[in-house]
Amino acid sequence: MMPMKLGQFHGGLRLPGCKADSMLSPVTAAPIPPRLYVPLKQHIGAAAEPVIRIGDHVLKGQLLADSDSHVTAPVHAPTSGTVVEIVEHTVPHPSGMTAPCIVIETDGKDEWRPNLSAHSQYHLLSPNELRQIIRDAGIVGLGGAGFPAFLKLNPGQDKLVETLILNGAECEPYITCDAMLMQERARDILDGLHIMRHAVQARHCIIGIEDHNSAAIAAMQAALSKEEQKHISIIAIPTRYPTGGEKQLIKVLTNKEVPSHKLPIDIGVVCHNVGTAFAVADAVLRGIPLISRYVTITGGAIKTPQNLITQFGTPMAFLLDHCGLQRDKLSRLLMGGPMMGLQISDLQTPVIKTSNCLLALGPGEAGDTHPEMPCIRCGECARVCPAQLLPQQLYWWSRARDFDKVQDYNLFDCIECGCCAWVCPSHIPLVQYYRFAKTEIWQQERDKRKSDHARDRHEFRQLRMERKKREDEERKRKKKELLQRANAGKDETKKSAIDEALARVQAKKAQQQTESRNTDNLTPAQQKQIEAADARRANQTPADTTGDEGSEA
Amino acid sequence: MLTAIVVLALLSIVFGLLLGYAAIRFKVEGDPVVDQIDAILPQTQCGQCTYAGCRPYAEAIAGGEADINQCPPGGETVILQLADLLGVDPKPLNADHGVEKELPTVVVIDEQVCIGCTLCIQACPVDAILGAAKQMHTVIKNECTGCNLCIPPCPVDCIAIVPLEPGINEWKWPLPDKEAETTP
Repeated sequence: MMPMKLGQFHGGLRLPGCKADSMLSPVTAAPIPPRLYVPLKQHIGAAAEPVIRIGDHVLKGQLLADSDSHVTAPVHAPTSGTVVEIVEHTVPHPSGMTAPCIVIETDGKDEWRPNLSAHSQYHLLSPNELRQIIRDAGIVGLGGAGFPAFLKLNPGQDKLVETLILNGAECEPYITCDAMLMQERARDILDGLHIMRHAVQARHCIIGIEDHNSAAIAAMQAALSKEEQKHISIIAIPTRYPTGGEKQLIKVLTNKEVPSHKLPIDIGVVCHNVGTAFAVADAVLRGIPLISRYVTITGGAIKTPQNLITQFGTPMAFLLDHCGLQRDKLSRLLMGGPMMGLQISDLQTPVIKTSNCLLALGPGEAGDTHPEMPCIRCGECARVCPAQLLPQQLYWWSRARDFDKVQDYNLFDCIECGCCAWVCPSHIPLVQYYRFAKTEIWQQERDKRKSDHARDRHEFRQLRMERKKREDEERKRKKKELLQRANAGKDETKKSAIDEALARVQAKKAQQQTESRNTDNLTPAQQKQIEAADARRANQTPADTTGDEGSEA
Repeated sequence: MLTAIVVLALLSIVFGLLLGYAAIRFKVEGDPVVDQIDAILPQTQCGQCTYAGCRPYAEAIAGGEADINQCPPGGETVILQLADLLGVDPKPLNADHGVEKELPTVVVIDEQVCIGCTLCIQACPVDAILGAAKQMHTVIKNECTGCNLCIPPCPVDCIAIVPLEPGINEWKWPLPDKEAETTP
C-alpha cells in the first residue's frame, strides 16, 4: 500500500508511559489458583446461563454457560476441575456488587477437553460459519469494552468493509499486554487478522501501533511476509492519549471521522483489538475457546511487574501475590489503566475477559485527591476533548440533572477517556458527572419501557374486561331469547294437545249421541223378555240369597 | 363598490371552503394533550390520585379538574415533567395522596397462606398475578407495578410489599458530591 497521510484527532494528551517496568521479562503463564470464580457475564450483553451441574467434573475448554440471547458470549472452563458451587461473588464492576459466578475447584492436571475442532482451511468456510465458530469460542473485544466479537465481525447485508483496523495502540499508561502480545505472538495475530478479514470481506487491513512501541512494530514487520504486505499495512502512529479509542484511531489511520450516533461500519471501517485477533486465531486454527488472556500486573505496590497469561476466574489477590504485592504500599487497585480503569475494592474479584491490566498503585502514585473546587470556565477541558464535546456544558447540565439538555450536548459521544478531568485546574471529577448522567438516563429509559409495558397490559386488560362484559351480556340476551322462544313453543303445544283432547272427547260424545244403541228398535217379543227379566231381577234378588242359604243348609 | 363586495364575498367563500376542508382532512383524533400527559405518568394504575387509573387522571389534568401533584409513584420527576409540558409552576407532591417511595416496590404472595380466592387477581390492573380458583396464586415480579391494589381485597393478608433493590444492571453512578459525603 502506498503510504498515506495520517490524520489527527482533536485534543488528547501526552501522558507519561510508565510501561517499561512490566516489559522486562518474557510473558509466562500464571499459576492456576486452587479455586476459580468464573463470572457468567464477562461481556456486554445478556449473562450466560450455566449448562453444567454442581458436582460435575469439567475439562479445560469445556462449555460452562451459554445463552439464547443475540448479544451474549458463552463461557468456558479455564482449566480442569470440579464445579463446587454457583455463587454470588464480587465481579469487576464500578458498583463493587456481586454477580453469579461458577466456582471451579481446580485439579491441577489442566486437562484439555478432547476433540477440539481446528479449522486450518478457514478460507473454505463462509463468513457466517466463521462468525459462528468465533461466537462459540466466547470471544469478545479484548480491548476493554467486551462487546461480542462475532457481532462486530458482521457488517450486515448491504455494507461493504473498506478497511479492517487492528488496534495495537494501547494508549493508556502502564498497560503493556497488547505490546507484549505483538512482540511474542506476531504470527498468530496476523493469522487472526486474515481470518477476520475473510469474515468481513475487507479490502485491506491496517495495524495501528503507537510509535514509542518500536519492539512491537519490529516484531510485526518481521512476521509480515511480502505477499501479505499487499493488503496489510503496519502503521506507526504518534503517541497521544487516547489514540487507542476506536473513533480516534480511525481518524488517525484513515483520516475519516465516524459521525455522531453512528458506528465505524457506517463509514466502511471495522476495528478490532490485537488481542481479539489472537483469540480468533486460537479459536479457528486450534479450536481453543477464549479461556485466558495476557494481563499486565504492574504499579508501585508490585515488586516484579510483568505480563502473565491468566485464566479467567483467577482471583486478583492470587495474581498480585504471585507478582509480589506489597499490601502495606497498596493505595488503590485498578483494573485497566490510570485514566479509565475501574477501581477494585475486593482483592478476591476475579480476572475476566476484559481485564487487560491490574494496576496496584503505590503511595503518591495515584495522584493526590484534591478537593473539588468550582468551575472557573477556563475551557481547558474543551481544548483536550478528543470527541470535540463541551465538557463544561456537560458538567453543568449533569449537575443540574437536566438530562435532556445534557443529551443535546451529545453526552453519549463521550468516551469517558478522562482527559478533561486530567487537565481541570479545579480538580472536578468530570467523568463521574458524565457517568452519573448516563446511568440516570438509562434508568429513565428503563422506567419508560416499564411504564409503556404496564400501560399496554392495563389497556389490554381493560379491553378484555370490556369484551368479556359484552360477551356476557350477549350470552345472557341470547339465553333469554332462546328460553322465551322455547317457552312460547311449549305453551302452544300444550294448548293444542288439550284442545285436541277436548275435541276428541266432544267428538266421541257426539258420536255416542248419534250412534244407535242395541236397545233401540227391539221386537215386541224381545221387549217382553227384557221386561220379564227386569221383573225377575226385582223379585228374585232377596229370594236368591235365601235360596242360597237354604240349599246350604 | 359592488365589485369590491363581490370580490370579498367570493374570497370569504373560497377561504371558508378551504378551512372547512382542512378541518375535515386534518382532523386530530382524540386529545393529544391527554396522550402526552399519559405518556409522562408512571402507569402503575394505583389510583392514589383518586382517579381510576393513569389515563383518567391524565384526562382530569387536561380538563383542569385535577392538579399535577397527585401522583406519588411518579413523584417529583413526573411533577416537573408535567409542569414543563403544561407550562405551569411545579409544586410539591400533595401529601394527601401519599408519599414518594425511596425504592420501587413489588408485592409477593405468601404461597403457603394463599387460599386461592382470586380476589387479588381481579384487583390487579396489569394482570400480574397468576392463579386460578382454589389454586395457589403468585405475582409475576417483572409485571408488577407496585400499585398495592391487590392488598385490601386479600382475605388472609398473605400479600407483602417488598422493595426492589437495584441489581448490578440497575446500579447508577452517584453524583461525586454524594460520594464525598459517604466516603470521606
